[in-house]
Amino acid sequence: MTRFQAFLLCAFALLLAVATTIYVQGANIAILEPAGPVALGERNIIIITFLLCAIVVVPVFVMLFAFAWRYRASNPVAHEEHHPTWDHYNWVAEIIWWVIPAIIVAILGVIAWQSSHALDPYKPLDSNVPAITVDVVALDWKWLFIYPAQGVASVNLVEFPEGTPVHFYLTADAPMNSFWIPQLAGQIMVMPGMTTQLNLMASRTGDFNGFSGNISGEGFSGMTFTARAVSDSDFSEWVSSIKASSTPLTMVSYATLAQPSEYNPIAYYAPVDDIFDADIMKYMAPGSSMDMNMNGPDSTMDEPTTSSDTMSGTSDMRM
Amino acid sequence: MTWQTFIFGRLAWSVFPQNAIAWGGALFMLLCVIAVLAIITFFGKWRWLWEEWLTSLDPKKIGVMYIVVAFTMLVRGGADALLLRTQQATSVGNSFGILSATHFQEIFSAHGSIMIFFVAMGLMFGLINLVVPLQIGSRDVAFPFLNSVSFWLFCAGAVLINCSLLLGDFSTAGWLAYPPLSELAYSPTTGVDYWIWSLQIAGLGSLFSGVNFFATIVKMRAKGMTWMRLPMFSWSVLGAMTLVIFAFPILTVTLTLLYFDRTLAMHFFTAGQGGNMMMYVNLIWAWGHPEVYILVLPAFGIYSEVVAVFSGKKLVGYVSMVWAIWAIVVLSFIVWLHHFFTMGAGADVNAFFGIMTAVIAVPTGVKIFNWLFTMYRGKIRFHTPMLWFMGFVVLFTLGGVAGVIMAEPPADYELHNSLFLVAHFHTMIVSGVLFGYFAGYTYWFPKIFGFKLDEKWGVRAFWFWFIGFILAFGPLYILGLEGATRRLDHYSASLGWQPLFAVAGVGAGLIAIGFCCQMAQLVRSFRLRHENIDTTGDPWGGRTLEWSIPSPAPSYNFAALPIVHHRDEFWERKNSGKRQEMKFENFTMPKNSASGIIIAAFAFLLGFGAIWHLWWLVVIGLVGVLITLIMRTFDEDTEYTVTASDIAHREAGLRYTNI
Repeated sequence: MTRFQAFLLCAFALLLAVATTIYVQGANIAILEPAGPVALGERNIIIITFLLCAIVVVPVFVMLFAFAWRYRASNPVAHEEHHPTWDHYNWVAEIIWWVIPAIIVAILGVIAWQSSHALDPYKPLDSNVPAITVDVVALDWKWLFIYPAQGVASVNLVEFPEGTPVHFYLTADAPMNSFWIPQLAGQIMVMPGMTTQLNLMASRTGDFNGFSGNISGEGFSGMTFTARAVSDSDFSEWVSSIKASSTPLTMVSYATLAQPSEYNPIAYYAPVDDIFDADIMKYMAPGSSMDMNMNGPDSTMDEPTTSSDTMSGTSDMRM
Repeated sequence: MTWQTFIFGRLAWSVFPQNAIAWGGALFMLLCVIAVLAIITFFGKWRWLWEEWLTSLDPKKIGVMYIVVAFTMLVRGGADALLLRTQQATSVGNSFGILSATHFQEIFSAHGSIMIFFVAMGLMFGLINLVVPLQIGSRDVAFPFLNSVSFWLFCAGAVLINCSLLLGDFSTAGWLAYPPLSELAYSPTTGVDYWIWSLQIAGLGSLFSGVNFFATIVKMRAKGMTWMRLPMFSWSVLGAMTLVIFAFPILTVTLTLLYFDRTLAMHFFTAGQGGNMMMYVNLIWAWGHPEVYILVLPAFGIYSEVVAVFSGKKLVGYVSMVWAIWAIVVLSFIVWLHHFFTMGAGADVNAFFGIMTAVIAVPTGVKIFNWLFTMYRGKIRFHTPMLWFMGFVVLFTLGGVAGVIMAEPPADYELHNSLFLVAHFHTMIVSGVLFGYFAGYTYWFPKIFGFKLDEKWGVRAFWFWFIGFILAFGPLYILGLEGATRRLDHYSASLGWQPLFAVAGVGAGLIAIGFCCQMAQLVRSFRLRHENIDTTGDPWGGRTLEWSIPSPAPSYNFAALPIVHHRDEFWERKNSGKRQEMKFENFTMPKNSASGIIIAAFAFLLGFGAIWHLWWLVVIGLVGVLITLIMRTFDEDTEYTVTASDIAHREAGLRYTNI
């Protein structure tokens, strides 16, 4: 490599660094701009880990370029210092580069252990305010949010008060999915026949983008939603306004909603049947009409198997 | 079952492509195939091809064929990548780009499957075939015929996956086809079956190769080549083959169970009926994570050879390197859960797998330090293989940081399934694996063909790949942090992601130019081969046994089997000026065999029948495979003897090393 080429490479690296910096200044980097304690904790782990790794990475880069430059065959110094059988003459060097990464990894291990427990998505958040519960059903290809206590439901919009812990229970009546609001909390998988949980809280009001993380079929890209954190009074108002609109979500209207559809607009329902538990039971009950393999997704709701008396005997799925 | 469904299964007129771009792909593929067949016919090369190549059991020729197939599949996988990048750069807001959602999903599923199974694995087994017997001082592999079967099964899988361009669709469920999306309920067409059977057939080939090269390295090392004298590439191959032997059976079983679900109405992984989709995800990653190390370990081995040779120094920390390989082999089996921390397993489980994942960074880091200190006080010649190494260290270290970040479960909750993750694993696979294989391809090319690759075009290829890579995947890291999930065929304009996707598209284009440079390099090197001829057998100042024989290596590799006294045997010989005395003896070599290609042809029919539910074809394929195998076992005439005088005569006409 000539000096001119080395100069070009340095210029390219510099240009890249400048362009990236300028871009990052102006962009909305969701994960680095958390709006709640869970996402904040997760962002901090990202940054701490990155900095710890830099302890190893920076020397690697320095040595790589320094050695490459100094010991290039066209440099007279390389000929003077060339030592074809050089190995570490003592074990010190070897020990250093086993032990230093090992220490860093030990620190990372402690962080992994503590943070996995502290930021366990199933762990309810510490707060004086009682949490509100939202049941989430991933459908083809939209998100259904059910508020069991409030008796309302919405599609592709989840609203909750700021400063209040939100406890999500999630299941799918569709292929596996992943529920993600980058500025509020990391993902949790959403699976048919199973319940997963996610706790989060918004520390300010605002609209936050929600995404579906796992490929679930044709309309997957349009399966975005809005998470809206509002004041307590706005939330109550929102709930009552839904209640005032009288579109009930019964097993029958749910069957229509559950049909595959893409880029769904926001919709509201009240009152709401016990859809969430029925969805889980549907995939757990043996020998029901829900034989997914034989009938295809379109026929999964052909029969009203989830009548109220079959469901009354089952325990609450939110455990 | 009516007679029509018995004969035609799922075949119908509607199986042909449904839109212009799909037709374009299918016709381009057909034209290429017809052109190749026409060229072979025009030059009357069929007999030569059949006798010298297709039926050959010479691992060097099998290795070359692996690499040819892998480069061909790289064109397919690369074209897929360009389509994906174009779609994501244009499908924003009111525009829906050039591809339908389903077509986009087929393409990314094909891109991933092809790049891993038919490009990376193909290049890996190609280089292993070329180099391992030479490097351990052996004339052949342990099971030469099995080696041919492995290669042709790999080929059958490659042909099968490309059939989906013309007949039927391909899987839309991603490269690992998570159920229940990949189950019949949500993927009722033949797409997932194409995925299952092309991977199944190629995967069996990989498993056989794993057994073969494990046995080769354990049993066929030259006299005196103790374990601590084994060259580093062969060490890393031994590690990788150990992983193949343990990991690939898991893949075979998992794919079979998924096929049973889809075809026999079983419920291993279905939603409902007691099926458990997370069982599939666990199983596929119990194979899938070791698979990453299967690919990267041989590349690490190549870097170890390249750095030592081009620095003119012995490899620093040889023993350390060996331990690092085996630490990686063991650890790679206890980290698989980090691919789905978001499943909702408890904190204890996630923390365990997170810690194990971080631990695996230690042996990997040690290897990097050893390479760097191999450069220290060296005399470094920056030939193309060394450039690939430099690019690798830069990108792999950064990608490794991304990996360590995601090893922390809470960080992974945010980054999982995002483009950050996509950028991370492309960094590991492209810079770690592909750059390594490109380095190895350039490094060992003269040993196989007798002339070096053109340096100028090699350097150009490197810079296009390297800068193209940064532009293609740098933006993806940022997009991931902005909340962009993977596999989006469309996104809202308000998110502001389009500029970065456009930059990524430009980067992909630069990589494509880099690949074109490699093809130009091949053509130019062939035309100017007399200028770049390797007259010594040792064009780079090599250290290991493969450089002690003439280039191109003769079919029997070593006229007299070497006796090893040192770790860098050939280097020590050059230094001491002592040449091994050539005492020729009679030895046997395997004869060519057509059975490998015939078995693979029947396996292809079996796979094709299983995909389209042509059960009569499945029976023909299965019976064909078994009968060919049985006939082969009764063939006593599989070897020929090379006499000492014969060898003496042939060696007299060969170029010798300059020691």
